[in-house]
Amino acid sequence: MSWIDIGAIEDIPLRGSRKVKTKEGCIAVFRTAEDTVFATSNVCPHKGGPLNEGIVHGNKVTCPLHNWVFDLETGEAQGADEGRIQTYAARVENGRILIDASVLGRQAA
Amino acid sequence: MKNLVIIGAGMAAGRLVEHVSEAGGWSITLFNAEPRGTYNRIMLSPVLSGEKTYEEIVTHDDAFYEEHGVTCRFGERVISIDRTAKTVTGENGTVPYDKLVIATGSDPFMIPLPGHDLDGVIAYRDLEDTETMMGLGEGHKAVVIGGGLLGLEAAAGMHARGVDVTVVHLMGHLMERQLDEAAGYLLRKELVGRGMKVLCSSNSKEILGENGKVKALMLDNGTELPCDLLVMAVGIRPSVKLAQEAGLATGKGIHVDGQMITSDEDVLAIGECIEFDGALFGLVAPLYDQAKVAAATLAGDEATFVNRETATKLKVTGCDLFSAGDFADGEDREDIVFRDPSRGVYKRLVLQDDKLIGAVMYGDTADGGWFHGLIKDKTDISEMRDTLIFGPAFQGGGALDPMAAVAALPADAEICGCNGICKGRIVEAIEGGATDLGAVQAETKASSSCGTCTGLVEQLLAVTLGDEFELPTAKPVCGCTDLTHEDVRRLIKSSELQSQEAVWQELGWKTRNGCHVCRPAINYYLLADWPVEYQDDPQSRFVNERKHANIQKDGTFSVVPRMWGGITTPDELRAIADAADKYNVPTVKVTGGQRIDLLGVKGEDLPAIWDDLTKAGMVSGHAYAKGLRTVKTCVGTDHCRFGTQDSTGLGILLEKKLWGSWTPHKVKLAVSGCPRNCAEATCKDVGIVCVDSGYEVGVGGAAGMDVKETEPLVKVATEEEAIEWTVAFIQIYRENAKYLDRPYKWIAKVGLDWVQEQLSDDAERARLVAAFELSQSIYQKDPWAERAKEDEARKFAPLADLSLEAAE
Repeated sequence: MSWIDIGAIEDIPLRGSRKVKTKEGCIAVFRTAEDTVFATSNVCPHKGGPLNEGIVHGNKVTCPLHNWVFDLETGEAQGADEGRIQTYAARVENGRILIDASVLGRQAA
Repeated sequence: MKNLVIIGAGMAAGRLVEHVSEAGGWSITLFNAEPRGTYNRIMLSPVLSGEKTYEEIVTHDDAFYEEHGVTCRFGERVISIDRTAKTVTGENGTVPYDKLVIATGSDPFMIPLPGHDLDGVIAYRDLEDTETMMGLGEGHKAVVIGGGLLGLEAAAGMHARGVDVTVVHLMGHLMERQLDEAAGYLLRKELVGRGMKVLCSSNSKEILGENGKVKALMLDNGTELPCDLLVMAVGIRPSVKLAQEAGLATGKGIHVDGQMITSDEDVLAIGECIEFDGALFGLVAPLYDQAKVAAATLAGDEATFVNRETATKLKVTGCDLFSAGDFADGEDREDIVFRDPSRGVYKRLVLQDDKLIGAVMYGDTADGGWFHGLIKDKTDISEMRDTLIFGPAFQGGGALDPMAAVAALPADAEICGCNGICKGRIVEAIEGGATDLGAVQAETKASSSCGTCTGLVEQLLAVTLGDEFELPTAKPVCGCTDLTHEDVRRLIKSSELQSQEAVWQELGWKTRNGCHVCRPAINYYLLADWPVEYQDDPQSRFVNERKHANIQKDGTFSVVPRMWGGITTPDELRAIADAADKYNVPTVKVTGGQRIDLLGVKGEDLPAIWDDLTKAGMVSGHAYAKGLRTVKTCVGTDHCRFGTQDSTGLGILLEKKLWGSWTPHKVKLAVSGCPRNCAEATCKDVGIVCVDSGYEVGVGGAAGMDVKETEPLVKVATEEEAIEWTVAFIQIYRENAKYLDRPYKWIAKVGLDWVQEQLSDDAERARLVAAFELSQSIYQKDPWAERAKEDEARKFAPLADLSLEAAE
């Protein structure tokens, strides 16, 4: 697996998210309270809400449009909602955020 | 006999000498720059606090070394190592070696702040430093930079000797390397409770001096902390100078292999000065392991050093904390959290693949050793998962008590704010025979006014009466807690909870940091009740309040600049038109609140369009906020032949007073110049209708999902009074309403009579106005102007743009 450096961990607020543009749309990169990072598709499967604008709690995010909640580890929608967002490998090394380079070749969500 | 020279007589070296002399065969020479033998450096903190004496922490004194035939050269610095000639040269002469062990330890890191070389600026490393701190004396002031293990031990030790201590810590919570935020919160609470001052997220700027002696520490926000002694405890660096000069391979530390051999096969290194497999060492357990391996290597035996998990304990009497392993969140990891607010206990276990990999504990660390064992041994815990957090002694037991938070309150905690009734009085009444809510209300008046403390009174009934009282089911805030909004609000005030971590811990939250339902509510309650103490958290706000624009269904935003009282100018209209052109705004709409909405702006363009509007003199209209939206007006006496008062002018005054304030839900006002009511004031949250003799202030109107006419609050003669009553009403609503209750819903719960009674009291009305003004002194800032600045504007752009990168 090869990795791409997309920025410093401090560039994302604690319990927050930023988006990263790719050729096939945006992905969201999340930083939890414990400084773990996750990368997922930025598009909610319900009505296309931008997940990087959602509230991050524990290892979950809530879509800002209609409050669908997704587990950032598995991508699965929580509770009664059914759906899944694509997840991508991401990690932090020496304060830099690295994401799996395969996001570059992904298909549109 | 072959010659063994050891440089440094610290803890690792002391242990090495023991092992080597046991095996025999070496003539040992021991150099130490400190003029003494080996003492247990990690016990300096108990010496500092007066719980031990120096004599008690000496591990290897002169007699020990003499007995073992070691030639001691204490107080003598080593000048150089000659690896070709195989000699070590000290200040008093040269010694040959067959094997050399470098154990030079580490040097404290001194931040090169201006003034760091002043007299009275010290590190915390050796006995001299400890004695300097011990000599400071009661009533003097000390500042400790660094809220890690060492810094806190220094601070607590000096505090125990009567010194007035302030800890300055760069990070957001104490001991961030060993503790998570929740445990860091409890530790800070304990230390502050003892009378120490603790400043987190604080950056030091300069050390101020007078006549060459330290006088104060200045922070980068301009705060000056006067002190007689300044202790820097921000970390240590391996002491590698000697090894480097001798040409040995070094990185952050002296490179060694698993046998503790450096790049020269006749030179070994152990302790805090080494780097092994990228790791540095600061705790004692691995140092002892290294001494053992080095002794085996010297004896020609096989041994390999393995870097194992180490646990941390803070040596501050009464602060019980423990951390071991890796406790960061991560993929495939799960948390088990246990909190007992009444005992100040927090425990968190981190699991991965049915194994325990990390543990953080505060308040009750009795099971720390057991958990540490599970981590080290990689024990499969799937069988005991459900009861794991209760430790090895768990014998089965009842479910956790949801009423622990109320049970834990002291007797003088105020439960009913309206009538000033404390917990003790209510419990007394219950024990005296008031066994239901009505009886408690009759007996004590608690919960008989606004009623928001009803839930707490009922919980007190349940706690006091046990099974005899059946608790009515109240709706909790969300799945993270069993408490209602009203309970949480009251507890935030009465328990003086001033941070999110305090709420999670003291009220026994069931999740690590809430969810999208409770976080915005708690953030609002904290900033409304503690405007000065609490720092607003954008990450706990809904997207619109974080972006200061309304998100639309396609992910674009709408931008609405404020038009005071609905009045605008040709220049403002031109600036709005120019912005609409420049940013290709697809829809421009006049709103019901007498202003102009630019719909369909891209998120990335927000800072730029705000910058343009800001330059034209406009501020955010907060059209997205749970806060003041608009003050709608008619033209009043300025133009209208029926107008009785200057309704436009009053509307502008009110809007200038109230804008920027956060409220439980959105708030809309209107001022009509006569009873014809062209501004539709009678369906607003606050609506003022002007009449010949003055101003009729009505509240609690609605024209949304419910339609409701305002109810008259008061009639006043002057504009000043109309403003005063309006501000006081907004503030009492801010202080008491449940998050997301518009005023009409809140009034339906507490009753207009109660609101009128409160506001009719001149002193209370003045208090409310003053409280509102204090809050505005912090929150009445234009969010657009702040975010149009370059640093802030960058956050609106994508973190990275990979759209031009080629796929593999």
